[in-house]
Amino acid sequence: MRIALAVVAVIAAASAAAIWLFTAPRPLDPETARAVSTPGDAKAGRIVFFLAGCDSCHTSPGQDDPLRLGGGQELKTPFGSFYPPNISPDRADGIGAWSAADFAGALLAGVSPAGRHLYPAFPYPSYSRMSEKDVRDLWAFMQTTPPVAGRAPPDSLSFPFSIRRAVGFWKLLYFPERMPRLADPSGAEARGRYLVEGPGHCGECHTPRSFLGGPIAARALTGAPLPEGKGKSPDITAKGLADWSEDDVAYALSTGFTPTGDSLGGPMAAVVRNLAQVPKEDLAAIAHFLKTFKPDG
Amino acid sequence: MNRMGWGSTAFAAMAFAASVALAASGADAIKERRALMKENGEATKAVVGMLKGAPFDLAAVQKALKTYENAAAKMPGLFPADSEKGDTHALPAVWTDTADFDARFKKFGADSAAALTAITDDASFKANMPGVLKNCGGCHEKFRAKDN
Repeated sequence: MRIALAVVAVIAAASAAAIWLFTAPRPLDPETARAVSTPGDAKAGRIVFFLAGCDSCHTSPGQDDPLRLGGGQELKTPFGSFYPPNISPDRADGIGAWSAADFAGALLAGVSPAGRHLYPAFPYPSYSRMSEKDVRDLWAFMQTTPPVAGRAPPDSLSFPFSIRRAVGFWKLLYFPERMPRLADPSGAEARGRYLVEGPGHCGECHTPRSFLGGPIAARALTGAPLPEGKGKSPDITAKGLADWSEDDVAYALSTGFTPTGDSLGGPMAAVVRNLAQVPKEDLAAIAHFLKTFKPDG
Repeated sequence: MNRMGWGSTAFAAMAFAASVALAASGADAIKERRALMKENGEATKAVVGMLKGAPFDLAAVQKALKTYENAAAKMPGLFPADSEKGDTHALPAVWTDTADFDARFKKFGADSAAALTAITDDASFKANMPGVLKNCGGCHEKFRAKDN
């Protein structure tokens, strides 16, 4: 009897240790950390900033300047409310004291400089596909935005989502390693995929999720209920955009106007404001990729 | 039958009639505002075509701007409290932030009226129209959620 109890105890302790190990945050690999630590080009980074739409979630509420990145806008989800943090270069309240490797760790590995998991409400599963050059350039651009004092309120999540370590389980399911990166995202054909799946993070809203909040790959970009409750993001695959030309898609992305004369709204309105700031070739590349994209092959 | 009995029967009948009337007014308001927005969309389709490169057509532009003005004047009155639910894409913010909602339509109407005077040819069209159209996205961002 005593032996049986001891065996159970050992198994329980071993399982707990295994769970603890498997859910541990994995920092960014040293090679990538080194690669992103050389100086970037802030001018190119400005375009990455608007492609990635950092401002959509991180601007200070109650004002229109997309570069005041004080955070604190409530993001309602089925798991609770997130309050995206201050990512301005303020040293005390923002990310001014971070290194480029810290920044890349958050963006590409979903790990904070203190070595803790970040919640995937921050779309690092998409950003993880970003090239080292884009990360470097973006980091350089972030330094040019004004420092903003003040911190966002803490997230208000329901149990068990409030347990940060549980993000480790989520990562085991949906973010096992660094996402595969395209060897050369500069060719016109590959550029569209890179922008959609990487910095543009279109799938974060347009791909339906399982009850655990993981993307359902077989239905990628086919539209999904919006996290805030009412409304739905549309199907933006070749099937959903059957009545649109590539020019129609590119035009809608930068002006909001669809071929039927409607104006895109909801969270897409902010995306349109951002995409009005990027080169026409990038919009054309996104449009081309979406118009030819079929989730099942 | 005593007076109390008649009184309460009459009251119940009136309450029933009132609730029917309210239900009708909410549904009618939804129908009416959706028709106005559909007109706006059709007008915009032509205007956007011109911005994309179709030949400039002053009459069509003026018609569009008058359509916008008409809709902007009527829309704020078409969101009674009982029209939040039903066949509508309107978000609760319409009723919680009514001052902003109404102000946006006022600005949309004023911008349309100003553009109607300012636009005389293709160049003034290209210069003035985008400002008017900017109003669309701002309002759709905050007050509409489509389920397409």
